Order: sequence, then C-alpha cells, then structure tokens
Amino acid sequence: MADLQVNISGLKLVNPVLTASGTFGYGIEYKDFVDLSLLGGVIVKGTTLHPREGNPYPRMAETAQGMLNCVGLQNKGVDYFCKHIYPQIKDIQTNMIVNVSGNSPEDYAECAARINELDCIPAIELNISCPNVKHGGMAFGTTTDGAASVVKAVREAYRKTLIVKLSPNVTSITDIALAVQDAGADAVSLINTLMGMAIDIEKRRRVLSIGTGGLSGPCIKPVALRMVYQVAKAVRIPVIGLGGISNAKDAVEFLLAGASAIEIGTANFLDPAISIKVAKGINEYLDRHGFSSVKDIIGICE
Amino acid sequence: MRKYILDLQVTSVEHPSERYLLLVATNPDGPLPEMCPGQFAQLRIDESKDTFLRRPISIHYVDYAKNEVGFLVQKVGEGTVSLWKKQPGSVLNAILPLGRGFSMPVSAEQKVLLVGGGVGIAPLLFMGMEMKRMGGHPTFLLGARSKSDLVRLEAYRACGDVYVTTEDGSEGEKGFVTQHSLLQREKFDSIAVCGPKPMMMAMASYAKRINTLCEVSLENMMACGLGACLCCVEDTVDGNVCVCKEGPVFNIERLKW
Repeated sequence: MADLQVNISGLKLVNPVLTASGTFGYGIEYKDFVDLSLLGGVIVKGTTLHPREGNPYPRMAETAQGMLNCVGLQNKGVDYFCKHIYPQIKDIQTNMIVNVSGNSPEDYAECAARINELDCIPAIELNISCPNVKHGGMAFGTTTDGAASVVKAVREAYRKTLIVKLSPNVTSITDIALAVQDAGADAVSLINTLMGMAIDIEKRRRVLSIGTGGLSGPCIKPVALRMVYQVAKAVRIPVIGLGGISNAKDAVEFLLAGASAIEIGTANFLDPAISIKVAKGINEYLDRHGFSSVKDIIGICE
Repeated sequence: MRKYILDLQVTSVEHPSERYLLLVATNPDGPLPEMCPGQFAQLRIDESKDTFLRRPISIHYVDYAKNEVGFLVQKVGEGTVSLWKKQPGSVLNAILPLGRGFSMPVSAEQKVLLVGGGVGIAPLLFMGMEMKRMGGHPTFLLGARSKSDLVRLEAYRACGDVYVTTEDGSEGEKGFVTQHSLLQREKFDSIAVCGPKPMMMAMASYAKRINTLCEVSLENMMACGLGACLCCVEDTVDGNVCVCKEGPVFNIERLKW
C-alpha cells in the first residue's frame, strides 16, 4: 500500500481524489454508495451570497462521451447553507470544501467570509469560471485583471485554503493561473466546463434553455490534461486537475502531468461509486510500479 | 430509502409489441431491495456508441418472492434501443430504487383510478399489484395509439378493472384517456397518472375541476438521478426542484400547471 496522502497548501488529503462541485451534491446524496471518509474531499455545489433559481429547464443535453449543462448555479444562498446544510455535513470525516460563486468581487468576498466562520470547512474553491450565468462567473475568469480582482477581495476575507477554479474558455489559461497566484490563491483547479451547444434538428432550435452550456465528460479530457500540464509547469502553487476523469488511468495521467490532486465530476453520474474505485486504482498503479508515495509521480512527465 | 448499485441478471426478454420490451431481471447477489410504486431505476447503457448517460426507467413490477424485477421499456432513442440487445444472462447494471413514488391509499376501500398513456402504463402495474396485496381493487384507464401498443393488459386485469382507449379506435373507446366515458360516470377518491405531458396536464385539470386528489409522474431529462446535478428540475410552487429526487411523482397542487 503506497502513501496516498497529499497536501494542498496546508490542506491535508488522505488521497488525491476529490469530487467535483455540482456533480456530487453535498456528499450526502452519495452516502449509500461511497464511504466519504475514504475520499480526499468533497467539493459541494456552487454557493452564492443570495439564493439563485438557476436557469429554466431544459438544462442538459447528452453528447458523444459527455454532456452539456446550463444549470446556472441554482442554490439557496450562503445563509441557508450555513443554517441548514452545514449541520448535516459538518461531521462527515473528509474535507468538505465549498465552491463559491458571485456577481461581484464584494459578493464573492462576503460569501467567503461567511464560510470562513464554519469550523469544519477547511477550504473553498472559488468559481470564476461558470459559463452559465450572465453576470460574474466566467466573466471574471476570462481576464487576468478580472480574475485577480476577485481573488484579491476574497483573500482579504478568507484565511483558510483558497482554491481558484479556472475556465478553459480563454486564450491563455497559464496567464490567468499566474494572475490568481499573484493575487493570493493557495491552489488552482482546472478545468471547468468548455462552452458548447446542441441543436434539436426536429424542432430546429437549440436544446438548452439559454442556448449554450458547459461541456463535461470524457470528451474534454485531452483538453483538460494539456491545460493542467501547461499550468503546472508555469505556477508554483499546487494544481488540482479535473475534466473528464473517469477511471484510475485518467487520474494517473493528470498526476503525471503535474496535478497534486484530481476531481471526479461527470463520471459520478455513470457510476456513483467511481471516486473510491479511482483512489484504489491509483494505489494499485503505484504498487505495480514500485512507487512508495503518490507524491513521487506528481509532475514527473517530461 | 437506501439506494443500491446492482449488477442484475436478465432472466427473460419479451417483446409485448414491436415498440415495447419487457426486461425481467434478478439479483444474483441477494434479495432485491424494498421499492415503492412510482420509483425508478437508472439503467446503465452498455452497447451504445452514441449515448453517454444512464436511462431512468420506472419499475414495472417487483416480485420479492421470485427475486424478480420487471422493466417495461419503449423504443425511443439510441439508449433504449441498446437495451434491446439484452439476452437472458446479460448483466443489467441498475441504480435503484430512486425518487419518490405514488402515495398509497390510506385504506383498501378507497376508490383509486390509475391512468396511463403509452409507456406511462409501466409504473401503474406495480401500484396496482401493491394495492391488490393490501386488499384493494384499483381501476385502470390505459391509453395507446392503437391496439398493438396496448400491452400486458392481462397483468393489469389480474389486479383490477381495466378500461382502455386507443387513438384509432382499434380497441376500447376511440380517443384519449381524458375522453373516456368512465370519467363521466364514476367518482374516485384519488387519481394517479403517468404518461405524455399533455395527457397528464389534461388529467390534472380534470382532477382539479372535480376537486380530487391527483398525482402525476414526470419524466424530465435526467443526468445523475440522485438529486446532485440539478438538471431535471421542474418549476414548482416551491421553485425549481429535482424531478429525480423530489419526484418523479408530484401532487398536482405542487406544480404550476
């Protein structure tokens, strides 16, 4: 049994496997399938300062080896989260990480400040890359100045581990990564979904209610892997890799590319127990190749 | 209710009509978990290049004594068509039981009408079997395009009275279920409906008019089936809620129809 522990700027994970925001609910939806304490962490769904109804139905379109979604950050707001959700998840024996989104740097900072008060939430993942909301979200994540302004505001309000989730819908993701690093991010996670579209040829109109959506699933993995590789080479903070990871082989590819941890997203929909299987598979890989620690393979791919 | 991921084993494959498939499966690893009428399973699609997600299929019936669960599947797209390739002995990977089902009547004496259209008849058999087991006697009103699409009627007749409509008049009364003469002459304590949305909306407005409790089963497009992804939402009086978790069965009072 290899040592699977990793450390993301002070955040200790029992193994490098996290579940991605928006694909795993608050963890409790999956407790019949997964012993959550065997995961590195759970990143709960996007939380905003004020409640959001999200976009109208239809919000999903199936694609070849993937899916599009335009959920649009539906959530009941940070107050509801603190009062009603937090008590249900605070005793789960893993890192419960909250994904935070907003419309302005002030919104992000206030939401983060509220979560900073919660003892059992050791980190947040800042979502500056949601493609499905009109204001904020990806608007911040596509310019270095926008990204830096949000991260700076949140850094002042939030003292624990700050992970910033990056959008792939940019010209240079490494420039954005460097900007958020300089603004005080402890780690970056990438990639969020790729903007896409589907058309219903019988109805001759776009399938999703807002026309476009974020593409996820195995089809985006090569793009995600390339970006993780590039960013990991460019930054000095840890990189968390995600994008189409469906099995242990995929996860190992991301680790070799430079990710210190990985997130499982859409694959949870196909097999709700996949996250645990990936953690086991990483261990098997390490044993098979004689590595005593997962840290020995992070970023070793030339 | 606890949910399970099971590698079921297909025991029989029948085609009650050209467009329908009856998949019967058993759990080789132990007894089947407890399930309720109106709940569904997320079936893994193994042999399709063009689909990605599981397919939510309602539970047609469960026979715990025989360790047997049935799924009535209509040919819709690539996903359901790939289920046609299953043979006795095939693995059918299922996540179940999911969602909230129909409310069971408080007593066996209650007069319950179960209205199904197309493949929407599927969960009503399970409902009827449970009611019969409780000593009740449900009334089914089942609609289809034509006689050849009216499937498994003998199974429904074994649980209660069955009335049918067909759009072409090839069996029962001609027209839609909402036009059946039964609705003019009989009163029911509650109505459970599953079928195409326009039919469910018509039944819902009928139930509102006569002030009768009515539940409908929605089939919004789903991804996770567990209430995690928020893709399958219905706009209700409580805002957007997940059909897979809070439904698929809803009291019509909760819907904005």
